[in-house]
Amino acid sequence: MSDLWGSVSARGRIVIALALAALLALPLFADRYVLSVLTLILYFAYVGQAWNLMMGYAGQLSLGHALYVGLGGYVAALLWLKLGIGPWLGVFAAVAVASAFGAVIGWLGFRFGIAGVYFALLTIAFAEFTRIGFDHLDFTGGAAGLFLPFEEKRLGEWWNLRGGQLLFYYLALALAAGAVLLVAVIARSRLGYRLIAVREDETAARALGIDAFAVKMAAVVISSAMTAVGGVFYAFYYNNLFPSQVFEISRSIELILAPIVGGLGTVFGPVIGAFILTPLGEGLIAITERFGINAPGVKAVFYGVILIVIISAMPTGVWPRIAALFGLKGRAS
Amino acid sequence: MTALLSVANLSKRFRGLVAVDQVSFEVPAGEIFAVIGPNGAGKTTLFAMIAGALTPDDGTVTFAGARIDGLPPDAVCRRGVGRTFQIVRPFPALSVEDNVVIGALLRRSDMRSARAHARDVLAALDLADKHAAPAASLTLPDRKRLEVARALATDPKLLLLDEVMAGLRPTETDRMVAILRKLNRDTGVTILLIEHVMRAVMALAGRVLVLHHGAAIAQGTPAAVVRDSAVITSYLGAEAVG
Repeated sequence: MSDLWGSVSARGRIVIALALAALLALPLFADRYVLSVLTLILYFAYVGQAWNLMMGYAGQLSLGHALYVGLGGYVAALLWLKLGIGPWLGVFAAVAVASAFGAVIGWLGFRFGIAGVYFALLTIAFAEFTRIGFDHLDFTGGAAGLFLPFEEKRLGEWWNLRGGQLLFYYLALALAAGAVLLVAVIARSRLGYRLIAVREDETAARALGIDAFAVKMAAVVISSAMTAVGGVFYAFYYNNLFPSQVFEISRSIELILAPIVGGLGTVFGPVIGAFILTPLGEGLIAITERFGINAPGVKAVFYGVILIVIISAMPTGVWPRIAALFGLKGRAS
Repeated sequence: MTALLSVANLSKRFRGLVAVDQVSFEVPAGEIFAVIGPNGAGKTTLFAMIAGALTPDDGTVTFAGARIDGLPPDAVCRRGVGRTFQIVRPFPALSVEDNVVIGALLRRSDMRSARAHARDVLAALDLADKHAAPAASLTLPDRKRLEVARALATDPKLLLLDEVMAGLRPTETDRMVAILRKLNRDTGVTILLIEHVMRAVMALAGRVLVLHHGAAIAQGTPAAVVRDSAVITSYLGAEAVG
């Protein structure tokens, strides 16, 4: 761990410390709305980081990560509703279920050499049939959704994740910061180098003794487990789960934009990407409302145009550019 | 004493074409052994079967006393066989040093010792001064040496080199020959090379196997092999006579 901190440039350490201090102190100044936007930013930084491990480091394209969000959310919510098991315990079951799904998808794909876009199709298929399955499961509320009771008198029960904006803000901050730390540690470990080797050239990696199948399985299991934790957060933050919303492919796409824009295969890319995209989306909502434009899809069109501009201007992501510009690039970040 | 690598009656067919036909040879530990032959002779197929990239249809490959034919390439490497690719495959986005670190991590779990080993290997391959450069920025001779460095970092007992001299100018070839000879002398690593460049084969190899249409037509010291009439007509041709 001290190695990790030591590999960050002096300027980088100052920036990290200042950013963390600012985020910790922010609730003192920000109102509820700002706090809710920041919570969303941190949530997307977190799940984006989970996806980044799989795509950015291991080079395996998943377009079905909403599956793990949904499974994590449903498992923890059901355990609480049906058995009274709180989310701090339920999260372990959520992680187990989601990573088991991840392992099955990974095994099918990697064992039978389904790679690239075909692997992506496999991940979409799993998310889609899970969505359809949940639509018809009465046990989980079916298409009508699953609701977590929200009562004023239980607001202080942090052990049941019943709380206000502040609780969820700090939780999201802890998740996002923890994910950055975890991925930074992995990236500098033997596993991290092996992930990158497999991403760069699987044939060459195998010739160097790397068991590519095992390495890719590790990536999908860790990534799906991390994403499931995000799902638990999602369920207890929004208090409702609809199969048509959580497993929807647009959810999977939404989750991968931050790391793509911020910089794939970089530790801070997903964070920077989330800090750009989420406020952009929120800002566009505010602006279109201000000007009374409520033609359907206007927001999406602007969002899409801005996305295209950013990606074509910085195809390797915003973070590498920022890091180079301000001399923040540590070794192998 | 048994040989480090022993290939017996190895064959591979692609549809009707017999690419490698009943080839047998042995490489004792510490030797530099070359496989030569014209294009299409089956050298690369033979190499791929030893490295685990192809499964033979017939015959066996025995390495350090155990069968390795049919094992996947990563398992073959873990047994102690390092290989290079004829068309070099560096990890382009990584630095030269990180490329070699990935090889070094095979037998080292902590980054510090892997990095130290990678530096040593880079020094042996005359690449120490380029350790921080992205692999994609290297010239072809440097990439060829990076390819050897990466394989060597896995601490192989046997190094398989697939045309590492191809495309090099004579001065670069001589440099590679000197490096390989020094490696073989200092570390005792056994080397099996597939080579087109006769200049390098003559300078390096203790023994040579000549393949033609998938079959072994001659085996012996380089000096004996180049005098062999079958070899001259099938491969060396007028070039060797003149």
